[in-house]
This record gives sequence, structure tokens and C-alpha cells, in this order.
Amino acid sequence: MDFLNAIVALANYVLIPGIAYGSQLAIGALGVTLVYGILRFSNFAHGDTMAFGTMITILVTWWMQSVGISLGTLPTALLALPFGIMGCIALVLITDRTVYKFYREQKAKPVILVIVSMGVMFVMNGIVRFIIGPDDQSFSDGPRFIISARDFKRLTGLDEGLGIRTTQVITVVTAIVVVALLFWFLNKTRSGKSMRAYSDNEDLALLSGINPERVVMITWIIVAALATIAGTLYGLDKSFKPFTYFQLLLPIFASAVVGGIGSPLGAIAGGFVIAFSEVTITYAWKKVLGYLMPESLEPNGLVQLMSTDYKFAVSFVILLIVLLFKPTGLFKGQSTT
Amino acid sequence: MKKMLMATTAAALVATGAFADGHSKEVKIGIHFGFTGPIESLTGHMADGAELAIKEVSDSGMLLDGMTASGMRVDSGCIDNGLAVSNGERLIADGVAGIVGSDCSGVTGALLQNVAIPNGMVMISPSATSPGLTTMEDNGLFFRTSPSDAREGEVMAEILQERGIKSIALTYTNNDYGKGLADAIESSFKAIGGEVTIVAAHEDGKADYSAEVGALASAGGDILVVAGYLDQGGAGIIKAALDAGAWEQFGLPGGMIGEALPANIGPDLNGSFGQIAGSEGPGIENFEKMAEEAGFLGASPYTPESYDAAALLLLAMQAAGSTDPAMYKDKILDVANAPGEKIFPGELGKALELIKAGTDIDYVGASAVELIGPGESAGTYRMIEVKDGENATVGFK
Repeated sequence: MDFLNAIVALANYVLIPGIAYGSQLAIGALGVTLVYGILRFSNFAHGDTMAFGTMITILVTWWMQSVGISLGTLPTALLALPFGIMGCIALVLITDRTVYKFYREQKAKPVILVIVSMGVMFVMNGIVRFIIGPDDQSFSDGPRFIISARDFKRLTGLDEGLGIRTTQVITVVTAIVVVALLFWFLNKTRSGKSMRAYSDNEDLALLSGINPERVVMITWIIVAALATIAGTLYGLDKSFKPFTYFQLLLPIFASAVVGGIGSPLGAIAGGFVIAFSEVTITYAWKKVLGYLMPESLEPNGLVQLMSTDYKFAVSFVILLIVLLFKPTGLFKGQSTT
Repeated sequence: MKKMLMATTAAALVATGAFADGHSKEVKIGIHFGFTGPIESLTGHMADGAELAIKEVSDSGMLLDGMTASGMRVDSGCIDNGLAVSNGERLIADGVAGIVGSDCSGVTGALLQNVAIPNGMVMISPSATSPGLTTMEDNGLFFRTSPSDAREGEVMAEILQERGIKSIALTYTNNDYGKGLADAIESSFKAIGGEVTIVAAHEDGKADYSAEVGALASAGGDILVVAGYLDQGGAGIIKAALDAGAWEQFGLPGGMIGEALPANIGPDLNGSFGQIAGSEGPGIENFEKMAEEAGFLGASPYTPESYDAAALLLLAMQAAGSTDPAMYKDKILDVANAPGEKIFPGELGKALELIKAGTDIDYVGASAVELIGPGESAGTYRMIEVKDGENATVGFK
């Protein structure tokens, strides 16, 4: 019984939140890694692209809620998601035509593009705040739990509860579908293959007749879709606030770099590495150990490696370690040095 | 060039002189609250409360030699010291005679040190409750119509004991207010034999508090006491704790009491309890009626205290016969405390008349003002329990 309690406590506070958060980071990191692999710069505006796409989704969700369109037990936001993606695609394509294209034609150095993307970030930041405001917005509807901690305790008779939120399951399912679609697209379709060719060697790709502008456009479309999906899932699961999306930039970049920037598989692995590091390092293990250990050995302290205040510091430290010792990341992406 | 400079400076001087003259029949009161930031859902009502007192005095025509009074609102940001100080300086530049504010403890300390003391300006805060402000050197310029959190800690400990709670987990918002209050609750609860399993800070403005709740839940405890802000991390912590099934009942100190919290959290909050500075009796009843007529919520937290803060400033000016802070700062305790004729909300005109006639007054106001020590409220608390999604008052302490 104690063993079961320990597993349930661990699942409730570490595994389930970690998996959901990891999926959200992974989809975000895929976007960053695609921009880096194909357009060859670190896109600092990614967090705010996510916020913009999510904002459109929220506005459409509110409209749907007001006229009574719903998905039954699922959140209405899923129905509004395609509109959010469309809005976000429009925004990034306009940005690309008006801003990035100019620098691309000049063959600007990556570092210049990074600074340009910071400028874009501030503009998008402003647009989002201007339209929806800087406050928390809530847009989820439908039942909040698949099983709530209270029901779980009653059903199983255990001391520990296990709460599974609807949004957590939706996040994981959506993440699997999106990743499967993306890999199918990159590996099996003509456009996907031309993207990979362009990423491997730009000059060779041009010689073999690949249209670079088309590759760039497809990349932006995919990135916008990924950003909107990641943002909407994060907003559904937690809450939407423009500033927290800006803060997400750090763990997302850490995920992409840890996995090997430019490598889609690495982005996914990196997302989970970062999410679980953040959660496990700041988790207080007293409860779990208390169940597992004999009474005499039960810990008195909290058995917490680091206070939860240092959550973001964990991503920073992992980022530094990877850059120092294995700059290509876990999955041999392009070296960032 | 030099002549040009001289001429413009002179012109500016003359112009300001002229302006000052033109406005000498009007006394301006600065209202320095966080209209943006973590308690923005409260400050609108608070400012309305202060302005109600100012208007009442102004309309009575009894202030000094028939002077009028007006309020000037600026934003403190609640947790943004830079913004608070620069807006405080704006108030000084605009020639206010006193400041109602600031609201949150951190910015109140900053405003006192950087603006009020250098400029010799009197400020009365309706809602800064950090114990640290009691001992801060203030040259007799700082008062508050709210009690110190040291007192709230004692009250909360008593309530917990009465409800038979043996152990608590405690989390606070990581700033002066949260830390001061958490210390007070922890020491008071331990002093009466309770156990505090963990004291952990949380940062405001995050989207996800599951990690914080995980640590708190590991430590255990009968209930979770959240010394935070209802529009910010405090609400986030409660949501995350309910989601994880870690706690079902919460202890809610002053910063967590407001209509927005039960509305945001929903029925799961029923049964949670707490306390907030507040009083009973004819003062608050009158005030709530007046507030309703004026179109705002008089029962909103710290709104009665805001009315009282503005009223005290103006009554002290009357007692000193001057709007000069250096003159009237010593009169504030006189008008606030016994002996004298009791003054309730809506009677400010009468109070001004009494003072003019040389009669001593004892301002009771909306929050039963009684200033002790270096000029802070002795403090009565309203005990709150969330019932059917609303904050119900279950008693006074």
C-alpha cells in the first residue's frame, strides 16, 4: 500500500505535470529548431509568435462560446485552433515579406538576424498586449478533470490522490499527432524532402532546382502552426498571459539546444529533459521517500534539492552545461558555436 | 543666449507663481494607489472611498477659509518602486498638500524614504500592513489607518486555534508584505502551540504553480495558508493545490480576501476562511450606504480605510489651520483619538465646524480609527468564511 501511495504521489506531482509540460516545450522547441535549421538564425520572437497565435485562438473561442458552438466535452479552443493557426500564419508571412526577406537577400549574418528577431519580438509583444491586454485570460471550458484527486482517493482507498486534467491528456495526444504529422511531412513528402535538403546544404539544394522562397514559406507556415498549437495547449493547461509566453522562450531554447538545435528529434527529447529536470530538481521528495522508507529512516527535512524559485535557473544551467561540453546537443544538431 | 535663458527662467518662475496663486484656494490631495498590478481589482474602490471623503469636505465649504479640495490619482504599481517614486514626485511637483497612500507595503516604504521624507510630505496609507513600517524612521510624517501585520498574525493564529487546526503549511508572495505577514503568522501560531510544516515563498505572475504546490504538499499540514495576492500568485497556488488534490481548505489573510477570488476559483473554495482588517458598528454601515449612493462598493477591502485616511488628512489641516504638512502632521493623532466628540462617516462637515469652534473631536470613521504607537491603527478584523461562493462575515476580532 505504501509503495502504491508513493507511486501515485510521484505520478501526481512529477510524472503527469512533467509529461504535459514536456510536450508543450517539445512542440515549442520544434518551431525554434526548424527556423534554426532552415532559415539559420535563432528566432527570439518565437514566444511571442506563440502568444499571438494563442490570442487569435482565444478571441475565436470567445466568439464561438458566445454564439453557442461547442465541442461537447472537449474545450471549444480546439475548434478555434485552425483559425488561430491561420491568423498566425498570416502574421509570420507578413513579417517575413516585410522584414526577414530584406536581410535574407542581403545574406546578412545570423547574428544580425537574431537581433532583427528581437525587434520583431518586441513588436509582436506590443501587438498582443494592445489587442488582448496584459492580464490573465481564461478560455478553457468543458469538464476540467478526467479524474480528480478527490474521486481517485475515493475509488482506490489510497491516501494519495491522482488528478488527471482533461487538458493534460489533450496536450499529450495532440503532441503525438502533431509530431507524427511533422515527421511524415519531412520524410515522405516532396516539400519536406526539399526542406531537409535546403537545411543540409543550401548551395547544393539551389543547384538541384529547389525554390528557396518556397522552402522558406513552407517553413514559416509550419512554424506558425506549431507555435499556435504549443501556445494554445499551454494556455489551456495553465493560463494565458502574454508575459509568461515571453518567459517560456528560455526553457524552449534550452530544449532545442539540449536536443541539438536543428534536429527535430532532438527538440522533442530536449523538451522532456528540460521539463523533467525542472520538476524533479525542485520537487520535495519527503512525501515519496516517507512512503518508501522504513519509519526509522523517514526524512525530517523536505529533501528538496533547490527551492522552486530557481525553476528557471535549472534550464539556464542545463543550457550552459550542454553548450560547454556538447555544443551539438544530444542528437547531433548543428553546432551553435 | 544668456539673456534668453534668464528671460525664460524668469518667465517660468512668474508663471509658476501665478499658477500657485490661482490654486491657493484649492487643496490637492494625492491618491497614490496601484491602479495596475497585483491588487488592481481593489484600488478602484479604494480611490473612490478617498475621493468620497475629499468631496464631502469640499462640498461642506467649511475647510479652512472656504477652500475646496480635490483628489489627484497616480499609479503606484503596487510592487513597482521605480514607478511609485516617480509618480510620488509628480504629486509633489503638482503641489499636493498630503498623500493618501501608498497601498502596498513595499512601495509605501519607498515612497516614504524617497519622496515624503525629503519633501516633508505627510502620507497616510490605508492598506500598507508590513510590520517593518512600524519601526521605519519617518520624522512623524507617516501614518496608516490599517493595522500592522504583526497584529494580523496574532488574529490568524487565534482563528486557527479556535477551529482546531494543529498544523499549517504556509506560502507567501515574495515581497515585503508577504514576508512580514508570513513571519507574523508563523511566530504567533508557534507561540500558541501550533506546528508550521513549511514556509515557502512563491513568485507572482507565473502561469504554473504545480511545482510550488508539490513542495508544499510534501511537507503536509491540516490546511494551506496563502499569504499572497488574490489577483496573482495566491489564486494560482490555490488553483494548483485544488487540481493536485493537495488541500481542500485554505487560510486566507487580508491580501486574499476579495470578491474576485471565490468568483475565479469556484465552489471548491467553500469552507476556506480568513480575516481582513474591518469593523462593525454605525461607522461602516453609514459608509456602505454612502458608497452605494456614490456608486461603488464600500465593503470592498481597505475602502473604508481609504475614506478615513483622506478624512484624517483634511481634519488635521483644519485643526492646524494650515495645509502645510509641517504644521498639520502633529494634529493627526489629536483628531483621530479620544477625547472628543465622536465623528462618523458623513459627518465631516460637522467635524470641521466643531474644530473651527475649538471643540476636540475623536474621529471614528468607517473603520473605527484608533491610532496607536507611531500612528497606526490598533486594528479590528472581520472574520471571513467562503460560503456558496461568497465571502461571508462570520464575526469580528
